[in-house]
Amino acid sequence: MTTLTLTAPSPHLAFLLRLADDNLILGHRLSEWTGHAPMLEEDIALANIALDHIGAARSLYDRAAELHGEGLTEDDYAYRRDARGYLNCLLVERPNGDFAHTIVRQLLYSAFALPYWAVLTASTDATIAAIAAKSEKEARYHVRHSGDWFLRLGDGTDESRTRTEAALAALWPYTGELFEVDATLEPLIAEGVAADPRSVHAVWQQTIDQALAATGLTVPEVPFMQTGGRTGYHTEHLGFILADLQFMQRAYPGATW
Amino acid sequence: MVSARTPAEERAWRAAATVMDPEVPVLTIEDLGVLREVREEAGTIVATITPTYSGCPAMDLISVQVEVALRDAGFQDVKVKRVLSPAWTTDWLSEEGRQKLRTYGIAPPAGAAGRGALFGEPAVACPHCGSTHTTKVSEFGSTACKALYRCESCREPFDYFKCH
Repeated sequence: MTTLTLTAPSPHLAFLLRLADDNLILGHRLSEWTGHAPMLEEDIALANIALDHIGAARSLYDRAAELHGEGLTEDDYAYRRDARGYLNCLLVERPNGDFAHTIVRQLLYSAFALPYWAVLTASTDATIAAIAAKSEKEARYHVRHSGDWFLRLGDGTDESRTRTEAALAALWPYTGELFEVDATLEPLIAEGVAADPRSVHAVWQQTIDQALAATGLTVPEVPFMQTGGRTGYHTEHLGFILADLQFMQRAYPGATW
Repeated sequence: MVSARTPAEERAWRAAATVMDPEVPVLTIEDLGVLREVREEAGTIVATITPTYSGCPAMDLISVQVEVALRDAGFQDVKVKRVLSPAWTTDWLSEEGRQKLRTYGIAPPAGAAGRGALFGEPAVACPHCGSTHTTKVSEFGSTACKALYRCESCREPFDYFKCH
């Protein structure tokens, strides 16, 4: 199947794809734990959270396809774009690493997603508002799940604490991108289609501080924040995710079952 | 909220409302609040359903079963539509539905859907012995809408239908 390349997508379309790609890639990452999680209950929990993210992504791709026209479907966005066409933030494509990495990544993202979905319920795009109202409820449980584990790992054994601290240090440089506002977002915020991610920074910080305080861990010092995902510049990891995710449609174009 | 159903719509609603939730087979999709509306639009019966969770894998099966139920009831031209808004909430679970859950061994949602997230738990009563001396084993149980608990009094594990 030919590659879908979007030349200069409208800000509205780009915003939908950014949100959708965050959810698809994070959902895909979490699904990689299926059959490998530290215990059965966690295997099921991570698969369920993955389903929530992929469900949100599907609804957003549907809306994107509707806006886009040209007879595209959700599958075209997921299966036919190359890494340069993906607009997810870099945090969600970071490898699962050990269980601490997965939990810290989830907490950092979900603590942002929860208040961001909440403000998006006021979007002037009624479909985005509806998806946001649904996803906000789900994100609440994602914060709770990762927050509980963050406490158990961060305040657990020396080993689990060391690993949690290492995960925090490795992933913290990817949190700045969550709050970036660029020329794509600015007009949409003004129109009320998108919400300003900076408006939820304080709530995000408060959730993270509360989780850190419960474990005695601190915010790592980082020299700079990573960026690039929102304009399609990714880490080397995204290509491997897509090779896995897109294999069937690339090898057998249009295959259905 | 909406105009009264016509006799045909009423009959179609009753047919669609017999569909059981595939994951919680003691509740109908009406008990759950998944079935939102059944209307006749230009000769087509349109049943509207809403997912409990965005990624709920049961939605495809429910759609097919609603379609089959409507055809079995004699409707030829049927369509199943999915909506996301208003977002499904456990507040829509009827008292009868809650009692059915308890009898089936699933603890119904404790209280109304709230907005709290980090660190905070409701008291969940064991559906087998009624004790509130229970421990959460996992935030997600056999499906996304449930958490896994263990009763410390009767030692039985059970699913808890989370507030949503």
